[in-house]
Amino acid sequence: MAIEAVPLALDHPARGPGVLRRLLGNISGAAGLLLIVLFLIVALMGAAGLTPFPSDRQFPVDRLKPPDGQYLMGTDLFGRDVASRVMSGAANSLRVGLVSVALSGFIGTALGVIAGFVGGWVDNAIMRVMDVLFAFPALLLALVVVTVLGPGLNNATLAIAVVYTPIFARVARGPVLSVKEMEFVLAARCLGQRPPVVLLTHVLPNTLAPLIVQVSLALSWALLTEAALSFLGLGTQPPAASWGVMLSESRGIAERAPWLMIYPGIAIMLGVLGFNLLGDGLRDVLDPRMRR
Amino acid sequence: MLRYLTQRLIAFIPTLIGISILVFGAIRLIPGDIITATLGTEAGMLTTAQREALERYYGLDKPPLEQYFIWMGEAVQGNLGHSVRHGRPVLELIIERFPLTLELAVLAVLIALSVGIPFGLISALRHNTWIDFAGRLFALIGLAVPNFLLGTLIIYALSVFFGVLPTAGNYVGFTEDPARNLGQMIFPAITLGFAFAASVMRMTRSSMLEVLGEDYVRTARSKGLRERAVIARHSLRNALIPVVTLVGIEMGYLLGGTFIVEQIFALPGIGRLLINAISQREYALVQGTVLFIALNFVVINLLVDLVYALIDPRISYGD
Repeated sequence: MAIEAVPLALDHPARGPGVLRRLLGNISGAAGLLLIVLFLIVALMGAAGLTPFPSDRQFPVDRLKPPDGQYLMGTDLFGRDVASRVMSGAANSLRVGLVSVALSGFIGTALGVIAGFVGGWVDNAIMRVMDVLFAFPALLLALVVVTVLGPGLNNATLAIAVVYTPIFARVARGPVLSVKEMEFVLAARCLGQRPPVVLLTHVLPNTLAPLIVQVSLALSWALLTEAALSFLGLGTQPPAASWGVMLSESRGIAERAPWLMIYPGIAIMLGVLGFNLLGDGLRDVLDPRMRR
Repeated sequence: MLRYLTQRLIAFIPTLIGISILVFGAIRLIPGDIITATLGTEAGMLTTAQREALERYYGLDKPPLEQYFIWMGEAVQGNLGHSVRHGRPVLELIIERFPLTLELAVLAVLIALSVGIPFGLISALRHNTWIDFAGRLFALIGLAVPNFLLGTLIIYALSVFFGVLPTAGNYVGFTEDPARNLGQMIFPAITLGFAFAASVMRMTRSSMLEVLGEDYVRTARSKGLRERAVIARHSLRNALIPVVTLVGIEMGYLLGGTFIVEQIFALPGIGRLLINAISQREYALVQGTVLFIALNFVVINLLVDLVYALIDPRISYGD
């Protein structure tokens, strides 16, 4: 292999004004950021009710209308405006994504950092439980959670959080193991700082880079899984708007009304693409060791 | 190698126990008790005597730990309970449905490898040309199109342009009529394998690029080997090692994907069995199916680790 400088994560702390600039200079990062900003605008407008029509208002006279000046993306079987539903679906996806990733990111990171920092039986106990969760295919684990809690938006959110917790735990634990052996951590401890303080002020900040990358990928996965669960009828329940529900509802009538399938489909694709690209870009910028 | 194998098999046991506890425990966590959950509103019509009889029948009158051991003891002997709606033992249903799911997953892997590896290879060899960019664009899109979207699109395209519906509940097994079976399975397999092909392509490309920069490739070239030999014998073989790992990692994704693909294409596989069992609240069936799939998943991962040990000469696992 060509000899390549391998900078430590320490040389690239995951903060500072340079990160955004470097991200914008990276093709994936810039494209991802653009798509995500677009998604956020649409989702926030959807959440605030700034849609062309109320997303659940039915116009029976205008059922299955193709896209035109009045209904930009056409109407569905009940005469509801597809554009408004796509926007409100974006809000739904954003909510599920943010809540599930916040939950799993917080709990998973805490578990991983504690396991790595404390070591010994604590590490063993935490990581063995995580291993068991890992032993399930992701969607299967999500389905188990939905079976227990019942179908619905909030339970789907929890299911996604449960699946992603062990991933955050693993991603957080790795860097902690190497950082805690470094001299500045030793120095801090010698100076008499208590372990929790050392953990929060010296160890955690140096594990942020891979975690930030993981957040972006987790959001992409959350978006996909919410749509998949809703598509299977186990996530967001109709009449609430969700991209997965919309796609599922388009089945059987897509031959007559392809716009019912095309627009939510494009929305899912761009959303996932955005978070994937952003994740790739962040990885290039923040964590050169993980670059492929 | 033998020692590594034994170590892995020993480490395998706690995982299995953990899985069984989770699968068993999850059902106990369902709000309310299992009888009410199964019967729904009809549970209110049960007399106390009937309810107690049912509790005795399901073993709910015993302490949880004892219930677990009874359940485990029966499961080890192949008794995963009885499906009320199907009127048959759970294991029998699983064994009947599993070949389809397995076939779907195997076909998807074959499609993914036979598309992903050549495209990844070409992309790496024509690094930074338009071919490379086209390949990477395809990979990016492939990863962003979820299987339920692709499946819906494929069914739409088939019915609008060719006027056919892939399956309408008349599934034919491979052993009955291989040609018809493959005809029915090809589109579901493409749906399932598409995103996987994209990640195989990405992995092949990046690992090939890395290997092409290695010293031993330069050595092979400088001793005058033909480029074809350098690529095939010295580079590609090593570049494919991470691809094997990827197959292992993505197996979980593939198994999860089969649930959705079977649902879209109305294929009677194990995934469809599970989804229906969940919405019909057939808990014994859910429990059995989940346990079975999780078991398969860990066994597959174990096998991938072993294959990995066999093909990578650098890993010796202390003999």
